[in-house]
Amino acid sequence: MTETAKVLVTLRVNGEPHEVAFVPHKTLLEVLREELTLTGTKHGCELGECGACTVQVDGTPVLSCLMLAIDAVGKDVRTVEGMACGPNLHPLQDAFADLGAAQCGYCTPGILMAAEALIRQNPKPCRNTVKEALAGNLCRCTGYLKIFEAVELAAARMRGEQAEPSKESIHGH
Amino acid sequence: MATDNSPVNPAAPAAPWRHDTRKEDLKVIGKPMRKVDARSKVAGLTRFADDLSLPRMLHMKLLRSTHAHARIVHIDVSKAKALKGVHAIITGKDLPIPFGILPVSQDEHALCPDRVRFVGDPVAAVAAVDEETAWEACRLIEVQYEVLPTMGGAHEAAAHDEPRIHDYGVRGNIHRLENLEFGDLAQGFAEADHVREDLFFFEGNTHLPMEQHASLAHFDKDGKLTIWSSTQTPHYLHKALSRVLHPLPAHHVRVIACPNGGGFGGKSDPFNHEIAACKLSMVTGRPVKVALTREEVFWCHRGRHPVHMKARIGVKKNGEITALDFESYLDGGAYGSYGTASTFYTGALQTVTYKVRNYHFRGARFFTNKAPCGPKRGHGTPQPRFALEVQLDKIACDLGLDPAQMRLDNLAPRDSLTANFLRIGSMGLGQCIQKVVDGSGWKQRRGKLGRGRGLGIACSSYLSGAGLPIYWNGMPHSGVQLKVDRSGLVTVFCGSTDIGQGSDSILAYITAEVLGIDPLGIRVVTSDTDLTPVDLGSYSSRVTVMTGNAALQAAERARDILARGAAEHLGVPASRLVFADCRVFDSEDPAKGCSFLEAIVAAESRFGTIGTVGSYTPPKAAAKFRGGGVGPSPSYSYSAAVVEVDVDLDTGVYRVPKIWVAHDIGRPINATVAMGQIEGSVYMGLGEAMMEEMAYRDRNHKGHRIFVHKIPSLLEYKSPSTLEMPEVVTYVVEDPDRNGPFGAKEVGQGPLLPIMPAVANAIFDATGARVDEVPVTFEKVHAAMQAAKAGKDARFGPTEMPKVDFGESLKVKTPWQGGDGTAWNEPKRDKKAAK
Repeated sequence: MTETAKVLVTLRVNGEPHEVAFVPHKTLLEVLREELTLTGTKHGCELGECGACTVQVDGTPVLSCLMLAIDAVGKDVRTVEGMACGPNLHPLQDAFADLGAAQCGYCTPGILMAAEALIRQNPKPCRNTVKEALAGNLCRCTGYLKIFEAVELAAARMRGEQAEPSKESIHGH
Repeated sequence: MATDNSPVNPAAPAAPWRHDTRKEDLKVIGKPMRKVDARSKVAGLTRFADDLSLPRMLHMKLLRSTHAHARIVHIDVSKAKALKGVHAIITGKDLPIPFGILPVSQDEHALCPDRVRFVGDPVAAVAAVDEETAWEACRLIEVQYEVLPTMGGAHEAAAHDEPRIHDYGVRGNIHRLENLEFGDLAQGFAEADHVREDLFFFEGNTHLPMEQHASLAHFDKDGKLTIWSSTQTPHYLHKALSRVLHPLPAHHVRVIACPNGGGFGGKSDPFNHEIAACKLSMVTGRPVKVALTREEVFWCHRGRHPVHMKARIGVKKNGEITALDFESYLDGGAYGSYGTASTFYTGALQTVTYKVRNYHFRGARFFTNKAPCGPKRGHGTPQPRFALEVQLDKIACDLGLDPAQMRLDNLAPRDSLTANFLRIGSMGLGQCIQKVVDGSGWKQRRGKLGRGRGLGIACSSYLSGAGLPIYWNGMPHSGVQLKVDRSGLVTVFCGSTDIGQGSDSILAYITAEVLGIDPLGIRVVTSDTDLTPVDLGSYSSRVTVMTGNAALQAAERARDILARGAAEHLGVPASRLVFADCRVFDSEDPAKGCSFLEAIVAAESRFGTIGTVGSYTPPKAAAKFRGGGVGPSPSYSYSAAVVEVDVDLDTGVYRVPKIWVAHDIGRPINATVAMGQIEGSVYMGLGEAMMEEMAYRDRNHKGHRIFVHKIPSLLEYKSPSTLEMPEVVTYVVEDPDRNGPFGAKEVGQGPLLPIMPAVANAIFDATGARVDEVPVTFEKVHAAMQAAKAGKDARFGPTEMPKVDFGESLKVKTPWQGGDGTAWNEPKRDKKAAK
């Protein structure tokens, strides 16, 4: 196998510049995880089928396993590690944690990236809009319902409303 | 009856916390609360196996068979070994000792030594400087195969004794044959007012965890082996490694189960890649990492067995079951795995929901050249439950009875023994049925929604953990150690493994309730065979009941020591002390008390360092006959579901807009976690009902039979997305069980079971057509409706069973015949023989 020459580039990730060298065929997912040790973003299928690798590029959700890292040069890449504001979790993260919308948590980073972009674009999404926005993110543990409720709860709180989960969503009917 | 052999702590064994403790008196149990690992998970900080790396780490890839069945004639690794960056290559001869999760079927090798049994069976493992080099090396390994005829499914395996896929088992390609008769079937059928016989088929499907399997093995310079792995059963992996890596002593092997990115039963066998990675680390002296591709996860499988079933049932006019004669034929795949237990499970739980007076179960498992099947959520019980609940729907139609009322009138009694000697404790199925009937408007809407729309009901039960261990021993199933520190920190050590179901958090909630402290302040250390006491693993919904009872005992003992320390400090009798809100105070004068921290300091000053242990062993099983070890459990959960469907009568395409599910879980330890388990179980059941199937491509290519998995990818193997998930109305029914911590029973597997039959029954209500096969795909609904138009039986389903001679049955007198749990015609077998 011939030795492929690495490229040395600067990637802007979570608001900070990172100078990193990698062989050009590496995907953005591989570079984030293996060169920048940002292991919050996950492999799930290597074929762009599951959404576990979702990050944001210039504010838009993207499957990082289908994007070459080289194509991210000059763009603003955001991962789950960049969601918190200093020591405080993002309202979406808080709602996911409190409502049990993360069970095993493996799909959660990808879903949070898609959900954050949705709320930024649509501060008051209805249930169907939430479903559409997350249709590309598979989850095998939750059955999605607590995820919908957590997105709606976080969106309400981000709109400045005093929102609490319904009794039925916690204790059943 | 937890064993109380407490050599270490003389603390009083009596538990102040009884299952019927009033809900209002509980501060933590039953409340909604964040999980102890929730925040690290939502912040992307949780370290899954693939997130780990070590200095000088090599990467491993497996070379896998491209044939479904072949003998390995020769393997030439010379070209691969010469490739720059390759450090070591091993094949079957380097790991000669066989293994397998069950002692009765140790039929696997990490790398096939002589024969491959399915496409994907590993034959070599390469450790190289990076993954690309390891893949390239695999491509340079030359394997010469001698192709053998393929066994494509149960019918084929039943019909062909040669070639044998394994040289053990009953005969030919029959791995197991079970034949158990309880009571008098002839009399049962004679008493029946109505008898039916139906055939069913439940296609295999897989767990599909979002996280692919991954492991990191490190053999260090002290001769100690550590493996981090995404496994549900670190204890069983530890046992398998200690066996296969002989002479490496067992106490030099350390298994650390990483948080699983979903398991559902798919990570509860010891796997080829785990053992090969360990061996390569021992050979190279360097850490070795392996991360499977999604395709390889499909080949690991150990998922739902495809099962053909024939059920002959006799009922009275009111639907009471006088006789049930049930046959199941399991397509086991290439290896044993949990298959022996799966076979028994297809005949175990039919008797715990409705009274069954006389019961005959025959089960056969076959070896075939497919990825090996094992336990998937519900392990061997969803298939027969589908058959029973659809057949009861047919019976209700035949007898003109309401399917819901018929079930309500024939429930199995609580606190009773079933025909096959399973002991039922608390039993809330009646309440469950009532809730979903009322919630769905069943009485007003079922059969009255007009063609194309329908409601279907089904019920089920599941066990709270397997009552007997997988390998014969007399030791506890679960152990907990508690360390109480003068800083006020309580640390809980337990071998249990959190696969997303919240087992770490359960330990914290129970300990916090007993000690009256904040659960989120407790440190939980789990799933590390060096640091934590043995827990058998996360399977059969055993974790809350078994680790919960062990934690309860350890916490009660710690409470007792702290109470005696604080009593002296406060001058109040220990028996009057209450532990709540991080304080210890006199129940008769709450102002008189001290902080939890002060109680620790007082107790530690008086008695020395504070540490306690707790353990749990399930009650002895009533069943004594051979095979009676599968099915007993400390308690059984109960579920009922009503599903609504909207069917396009031209195409058979249908939607599920709404599901009502009620689940009797004894008592929730945490409300939010319980809701998540129920909704996740309903989702997984819906996926199986509508679309999931382990489909195989079977084609002839230039005279060769190509038999390979048809859809090993996350897109082609359909699973429900956010768009398919219906509205789910959940009812949490609480019938506390005396064997559960605070009365808790299992939560996570039960609600999956009724969904598939309820969908099939709803399709019937909407279209008059029966689909007696899972998945209930659009094509099958369409075919059944077309059959009706052509004047044939409006049904899609199997028409014949594999031909097998089961031989004579083991005969067991039922409890009401005065039976004692033994089979009266069972040859005397010596006690030591492995079950």
